[in-house]
Amino acid sequence: MRLLWLSALACNGNAHALLNYPRFEEWQEDFEWLYHPLLPSTHTLAEVEEGIDGVEILLVDGTLEEGLVKNRLAYKQLFERYAVEAKYIVTVGTCATFGGIFAQGGEGRSGLHFSGERRHGFFDGFWEKTLSLPGCPVQPEVLAGTLSLLRSEEPLPLDTLHRPKYFYAHTVHDGCTRNEYFEYKIDEHRFGALEGCMFYEHGCQGTFTHGSCNKILWNGVHSKTRAGTPCMGCTEPDFPREGLWHTSKRMGIPARLPLGVPRRAYLSLAGIAKAFHIERLERPMMEDKRG
Amino acid sequence: MIKEQHRAEKKAKRRNEIVRTALKLFAEKGFYATTIPEMARDLKMSVGNLYNYFSSKELLAQEIIREISAYLGGRIREINEAELPVREKIRRIVTIYFETARDEPEMIDFFLRVYLSNREVFHEGCEGMICVNEFVTEIMIFFDDGVASGELKNQDFFSAFGLFMGYLGGMVFLNGEHILPKTLEEYVDDISENIYNALKAS
Repeated sequence: MRLLWLSALACNGNAHALLNYPRFEEWQEDFEWLYHPLLPSTHTLAEVEEGIDGVEILLVDGTLEEGLVKNRLAYKQLFERYAVEAKYIVTVGTCATFGGIFAQGGEGRSGLHFSGERRHGFFDGFWEKTLSLPGCPVQPEVLAGTLSLLRSEEPLPLDTLHRPKYFYAHTVHDGCTRNEYFEYKIDEHRFGALEGCMFYEHGCQGTFTHGSCNKILWNGVHSKTRAGTPCMGCTEPDFPREGLWHTSKRMGIPARLPLGVPRRAYLSLAGIAKAFHIERLERPMMEDKRG
Repeated sequence: MIKEQHRAEKKAKRRNEIVRTALKLFAEKGFYATTIPEMARDLKMSVGNLYNYFSSKELLAQEIIREISAYLGGRIREINEAELPVREKIRRIVTIYFETARDEPEMIDFFLRVYLSNREVFHEGCEGMICVNEFVTEIMIFFDDGVASGELKNQDFFSAFGLFMGYLGGMVFLNGEHILPKTLEEYVDDISENIYNALKAS
C-alpha cells in the first residue's frame, strides 16, 4: 500500500516514535513510502510538489498553519491535491488532529478538521475518509496497526472524533497499575515513585483520556503513569491543558471527574472508599521492611 | 405471591417502628442507658423477635444514622437541584436543619448525643463518613456548584464544612440546652447571612 507523509508544523516525534515500532522492518514490507521526510522513499519532496501518482493513504503530521509553504508550494495546495486522490487520510498525532502544542504558539493554526474540540469546515469534503490518530506522539503500534487494518480492509469502528475505537475506546486508566490506589483514593506526593494514584492532587488525566498507552506500553516497557508521572491527556482535543501536574479542584472535589461517572455517584463512592484506611497502600511498599 | 408481599410489607413496617422507637429512646437516654428489652417493651414485641430485625444495638444505631443522613441528604438534594443563588440555598439549608431540630428533635439529638459522642459504636460499619454519606455528598455538591458558579470561595472542603455544619450543630445544641433567648427560626436570617459572608467569593 502506498503512503505519502506530509509534515506541516511538526517536531518529527511521530516519525521517531514509528521507528521504535518493534516489528517495523517486517511491517514496512507491506507498504511503500512514496515520500516520508526521514525514511527512504520513492520520491523526493520536490517531485511530490511537481506531482506524483498512486497515493493511497495520505498521512498528515503536524499543526496546519495558514500560508505555510512546504518547499515551493503552499502546504494547503499540496494537501488538497493528494487528499482528493487518496483513499484514506490519517492525521498522525495530536497536532494534525486537534492543533496540539504548536497551535498554542501562533495565530491561524489548527488541526486538519479541528481547532481543539471545535470542528471547522476547511476540509469538510475529506472528513468521511479521514481517521484521527492523536497522541503526543502517537504510539507506533497505533499508527502501524491502523495502517495495517486499513490495508487489510478490516472494519474499523471510529468514535465521534474519528479515532479508531480499537485503540481509543477505553481510557488510559484502563490498565493503569495504580488502580488499587485510585479505588481507595490514595494519592502519591513523590513524582517518579511507583506507588499512589495521581488523580487527586497531581493532575493525572488518565480517567478521562482515551488511549491504549497503559496496555500497549512504550518500548514494551512503560507508560507515563507506570514511570511515575501523570497522564497529560495527550490524545484529547484540549491537549495541552494548563497546570499539567496539578488537579484543579472545587472545595476539594476534582473539577473533572472520571469519564461518564455522574458526580453524585462519584462523591458517594469516594466518600465510602476514603473511609477505609488500607495500611498496606499507605506505606511505601518498596521501602517497607515488613514485607 | 400476594401473601408474600403482604408479609414483606408488614415486616418493613415493623422494622420502621423499631427504628423510630430506638431513635426516640437513644436520643432521650443516650446509647448505653437504652436497652434492647426496654425497646421491646415499648414496641410490645419479644426481645427475641427484635433481634430478628437487628442483631445488635450497635447495628440499630448505625441504621438510624444512615436514615437520618438519607432524610437530610434528600432534603438538601432538592435545594441543590433548584436554580437558586447560593445565598438563598444557604438560607434554605439552615431552615431545613432548624425545622428538623424543631419537628424531629430526636434526629438531631441522636446525631449530636449518640453519633458524635459515642464514636466507638460506629467504628465498625460506619468508618469515616460512610453512614452519613448521603448528607455529606449533598453538602459537597452544594459547595462544588457554588465554586463553579463563582459565588463561593474555593477552599479546603473541611474548612467550609466545619464552619457550616459546626455552626448549625452548635446552635441546635444551645437550643436543646434552653440557653437561646429566641427560637431557632428567629436565627435563620442572621445565621444564613453569617455563613454566606464567611464562605462567599471575595
